[in-house]
Amino acid sequence: MAMALNDLLLQKKSDILDRWRDLVFASYVPETARFLRSQKDRFANPIAYQLNRGLTGIFEVFLEEADAEQIMGHLDEVIKLKAIQETSPSRAMAFLFLLKTIIREELAPQANDPAFAAEFTELESRLDGLALLGFDVFMQRRERLHEVRVGEIKRKVGALLRRLGMGDEFFEEPSGEERDSR
Amino acid sequence: MAKLPTPAELIQINYQMPSKGWLDLKAELRPGYYVNAAAPKWMQMIDYPFPRSWNVADEDWQLPEDWKERVLQGMEDRLQRFRSLKLFFDICVRCGACADKCHFFLGTGDPKNMPVLRAELLRSVYRRYFKTAGKLLGELAGARDLTDDVIKEWFYYLYQCTICRRCSVFCPYGIDMAEMTILGRELLSSVGINIDWALASVAQCYDKGSHIGATPQAFKDMVDFLAEENERITGITTPCPVNKKGAEILFVVPSGDYFADPGSYTFMGYLLLFKYLDLDFTMSTYAAEGGNFGWFISHEMGKRLNAKIYEEAKRLKVKWILGGECGHMWRVCNQYMPTWWGPIDFLEEPVSPITGTKFENATVHKMVHISEFTADLFKHGKLKVDPQRNAHIKLTFHDSCNTARGMGIFEEPRYIINQVMPEGHFFEMPPNTIREKTFCCGSSSGINANENMDIRMLGGLPRANAVKYVHEKYGVNHLGCICALDRATLPTLMQYWVPEMEITGITELVANALVFEDEIERTTDLRDRPLAGFEEADEEEGAE
Repeated sequence: MAMALNDLLLQKKSDILDRWRDLVFASYVPETARFLRSQKDRFANPIAYQLNRGLTGIFEVFLEEADAEQIMGHLDEVIKLKAIQETSPSRAMAFLFLLKTIIREELAPQANDPAFAAEFTELESRLDGLALLGFDVFMQRRERLHEVRVGEIKRKVGALLRRLGMGDEFFEEPSGEERDSR
Repeated sequence: MAKLPTPAELIQINYQMPSKGWLDLKAELRPGYYVNAAAPKWMQMIDYPFPRSWNVADEDWQLPEDWKERVLQGMEDRLQRFRSLKLFFDICVRCGACADKCHFFLGTGDPKNMPVLRAELLRSVYRRYFKTAGKLLGELAGARDLTDDVIKEWFYYLYQCTICRRCSVFCPYGIDMAEMTILGRELLSSVGINIDWALASVAQCYDKGSHIGATPQAFKDMVDFLAEENERITGITTPCPVNKKGAEILFVVPSGDYFADPGSYTFMGYLLLFKYLDLDFTMSTYAAEGGNFGWFISHEMGKRLNAKIYEEAKRLKVKWILGGECGHMWRVCNQYMPTWWGPIDFLEEPVSPITGTKFENATVHKMVHISEFTADLFKHGKLKVDPQRNAHIKLTFHDSCNTARGMGIFEEPRYIINQVMPEGHFFEMPPNTIREKTFCCGSSSGINANENMDIRMLGGLPRANAVKYVHEKYGVNHLGCICALDRATLPTLMQYWVPEMEITGITELVANALVFEDEIERTTDLRDRPLAGFEEADEEEGAE
């Protein structure tokens, strides 16, 4: 009996993650990519730290077949960066689709083996699901950016609003739960 | 029909160096990364040249016909006036020590935010017009023509520098990118290119007295309100004298401290502290703004706005000046104010009326930072505090660039923190992110506008990344600072990256802990949040 695809992915976890990370770094200009790869101090290289943390988390929970909420938390680690670094949603989300190509290449024998066809289709379907959740996270992050902007405008005259007895109603923000359940 | 791009093609994965050099690549001005162009009305209010309606996204920025001559003449004037500028232009050997030290590079990954390249944007023009090699050899000597695309690039990247000077700490020659940025911004301003956020603040400050454009009446109303809030929470009356002639000390704060949250709680803290000491001080409706957005535009405008502080000290006949918790105000007052207006023979060397300490470091400019003043009070055992009143807070401290790297105020705030926080409630961020290596908030130097939120969040990423570390490792829930711009912008940064974090001034923590003899029982801090041990009472009250 051949190994299940998930077990194979687990075996190749570090190779896949290395390639994924490298491709994502390569989407920056070469000088920057070189820096992202070489500087290992997480405080001197926050982009690489953030990407690494996110990509590793995403891949791990993907293998564990974790629930959507858990996956979105890890997607957010990368997307909160990409949502403000990239010029468009397609550019910001492309990193998720790279994983599909990498997995196909890393598991090339199985990908071309009809015996794995059904399992592969299912795997790729899950990757598509991952990407779709990614778009939800992207939108949440862009909304968050606008929320923090509005919050700052209110705080700028926050003491004045309290002076006018209007503090509480102006500063009530949706709780984390309310926001997430939207 | 055009082929659909693959994901890899979409993000232009590319292991090759670009075919053109960086200086030949036209800058892409991305919305969310720049501040809007200044509205003409602000420029008219301060009599700045070439007021007009224009938009950064426009192809034509409607520059004056002779813009090029003006910029080059301006550069020549400044090269003659500031030997430092010539030195900074000539001396760089492109060793790259600064390249990965800028928070904007570390957040965006854009190589033009490496300080060496940002400086090169100016330096290349200097070589082309002021150096023989550049005049003769052009590109071969790293020189390039001054075109309107170059001007746009200056605008884009000089307003992606917060004058924080972190790069200078690592430069073996001490080249000061901040000086180059300010002079570059002056050149832009000379042909009518200014940012709206800074100019609006400048014009309102010039016209009415504070960045927010508040009238003297509004100022008085706000400080009285904050005094009433103190009385409600502590039972202590904390009057705030305004325009009181003959007071010993003139107290100057940035307007963020009496209009904005959470700065207002720091202001309440000042009043409680002064009441405790029975300090003979006054505030001024004329010098109602310690901050100075003028300095973010030009030295000339910085000087114009700063004039009020000494003028008012003279008029009110005070002995010396005390400054609130502010960063750039502090740098301007220490490094520029005495040069602009000195010698300051109408004030006395500052002496603490409580401890008798002479602030010899302030002999020239006669102004003391409240962190110095308060640390000295603690050193002499003059303040009775109950640190348990801050037990609901786990704190880390953000060294503000201007007070820390600019002025060397590292120990005073930490000394105060250790007096007012319970043991084990203060946690430092990693060493390469604090003190002289501190990471900027990413929003200083006039770019804390609302339309450039993307770049602000990216510029603040290195700071947020270090805060997240102490939050996850130690459960830190408050980020302390002694800068009003930090108090305005760090809450925003944290809500994006580390939403569990609150921002606080240090004097607010002092006032939470300060024990008055005739106070009412304290169950909350200055923000009406329950103190440790009083959470249930608060919940019951809320349920009623």
